[in-house]
Amino acid sequence: MGLKVSGGVCILYEGIFWEEVLNITLLSLKVSGLATLIGALIGIPIGTFLGLRRFKGKRTIMRFVDVIMKTIVNTFMGLPPVVVGLIVYLLLTASGPLGWLGLLYTPMAMIITQLIIVIPIIIGITMSAVGSIEKSIREKALSLGATETQAALLVLREARMGVLSSIIAAFGAAISEVGGIMITGGNIRWWTRTLTTAIVIETELGNFTMALTLGAILLTIAFIINLALTIIQVKGARE
Amino acid sequence: MLKVEVKNLFKEYSGRQVLKGITFSVQKGEFFVLLGPNGSGKTTLLKILDLLEEPTSGEVWLNGEPVDYSSSKERVMLRRRIGMVFQQTVLFNMSVLDNVAYPLKVRGERNFEQKVKSVLELVQLKGFERKNALTLSGGEAQRVAIAQALVTEPELLLLDEPTANLDPKNASIVEEVISHINREKEITIIMTTHNVSQVENLADRVAILDGGRMELLGTFQEIFRSPSPNKNLAMDNIFHGVSRITNEGTSIIDIGDGMHIEAAFKRVGNVTIHVPPEDIILSKYPLISSARNTFEGTITQITDIGHIVRLRVKVMSSKDFIVQVTKRSFNEMQLNIGSKVYIAFKASSVQAN
Repeated sequence: MGLKVSGGVCILYEGIFWEEVLNITLLSLKVSGLATLIGALIGIPIGTFLGLRRFKGKRTIMRFVDVIMKTIVNTFMGLPPVVVGLIVYLLLTASGPLGWLGLLYTPMAMIITQLIIVIPIIIGITMSAVGSIEKSIREKALSLGATETQAALLVLREARMGVLSSIIAAFGAAISEVGGIMITGGNIRWWTRTLTTAIVIETELGNFTMALTLGAILLTIAFIINLALTIIQVKGARE
Repeated sequence: MLKVEVKNLFKEYSGRQVLKGITFSVQKGEFFVLLGPNGSGKTTLLKILDLLEEPTSGEVWLNGEPVDYSSSKERVMLRRRIGMVFQQTVLFNMSVLDNVAYPLKVRGERNFEQKVKSVLELVQLKGFERKNALTLSGGEAQRVAIAQALVTEPELLLLDEPTANLDPKNASIVEEVISHINREKEITIIMTTHNVSQVENLADRVAILDGGRMELLGTFQEIFRSPSPNKNLAMDNIFHGVSRITNEGTSIIDIGDGMHIEAAFKRVGNVTIHVPPEDIILSKYPLISSARNTFEGTITQITDIGHIVRLRVKVMSSKDFIVQVTKRSFNEMQLNIGSKVYIAFKASSVQAN
């Protein structure tokens, strides 16, 4: 009887284990995926606009603006996630300016946190990809009868490999990020626990089976991301 | 077809004057050629006519209406009536079909297949539709660029040295296409070049541009057979001298500084001669050949233009010859600025006027 029960508990335990792993993995993909998607929708147009600025205006002023702009974007690209987490926490906390939204310790808070981390990455890489497309491409498009918008879209299309890289790099940064979402999501089991935050807590609790399983999944995701980036780069080099 | 009038045009880039008061007009259906060396402002002028650059002062009139460069709507509208082929071929990273269809697509045209097909046939690139444009050779790429400019049936065609970077075979295909469309469709054409032999065959009228100024304007006959050849034509391999006839029935032209050039024609007196850069053979060692003209010189300038390299060779420390070699032979010969070289060309390559 005892054996039977313990066997049932064991199976039950196994079932819950994998269910939790799945829950954590899906939440990670959802939070980072949505942050990257929204980040791309905001970051690509801004990056394209900034990248195209190079084509206009006087040279000396342009160079000055260019340096300032790049410095700002690069600083934000290296923003420590913990600091982002802290700022978003202070905004969303009950007494904070956006406290009335009641978003703290929700997946939405985590998406906002990662959004702030990925937007500068997407802007930065898109900007340099668009900027690396020859000025003559835009000129040629205009000469062939394109409007300014059509020419900008063509330049973006020519820079598509770089833009795709920016999305993948942003997702890579988001999925492996821990400090920010730990603060704003709260690492609540079955609710805001992601691959990275779960690894932290499971390791502290000595649940190494869980920690290593989640670690293996994270590593696999990182591998797939890097594989995709490398394929794009190799393809880009060949073109 | 468009009538083009250029009125006292000036263009300045960060304090440097590129165009210094250009005035001329081109009639509907005319084939007008701008001759001049690199840096004479030819490309800038064409870009202003294509509304890609704004003049610092002066006006351009198209069909009797002044062009308003400040209106982006007007810029797009007018550009859609003009086709331009750039010296540096730029194609998009997509198929040949999509490249040629692009100008039609931005105009909102849906049924482009037939137009693309027939224009590709015109530039002899039938069957290239599915290829990626970036995998083409230089000559094929330039023909795609011409197809892009022609597919919309422009009223004005601007050609910026369309054959400068091409091998003779591709150059002759391009020339054929250009003269065909000028005759058949009566498109107004403005072309820049520094190849004089091209001018004689194609142009109705020629203008010579040098240092941002228009030096001469007229028909080929008026300019190159003019009785006063003392005008310093700022062209590649143009020399002025006094010709006399030899016993063999050729001519020897004394171009000064002790230099004599032998030519296959018979002329006496003042002449202006031209040696096409592509007709000159370059060697690192003294040549023993049938070419009647051989000179020793020093390389003073190297200009890389795609798969062809243009070299300026100074002969007798006073005369500059422009010589074209392929990049491959340039690399194989290990040439540098200051390298001592020998140039040779046949008497029959020397053109008089």
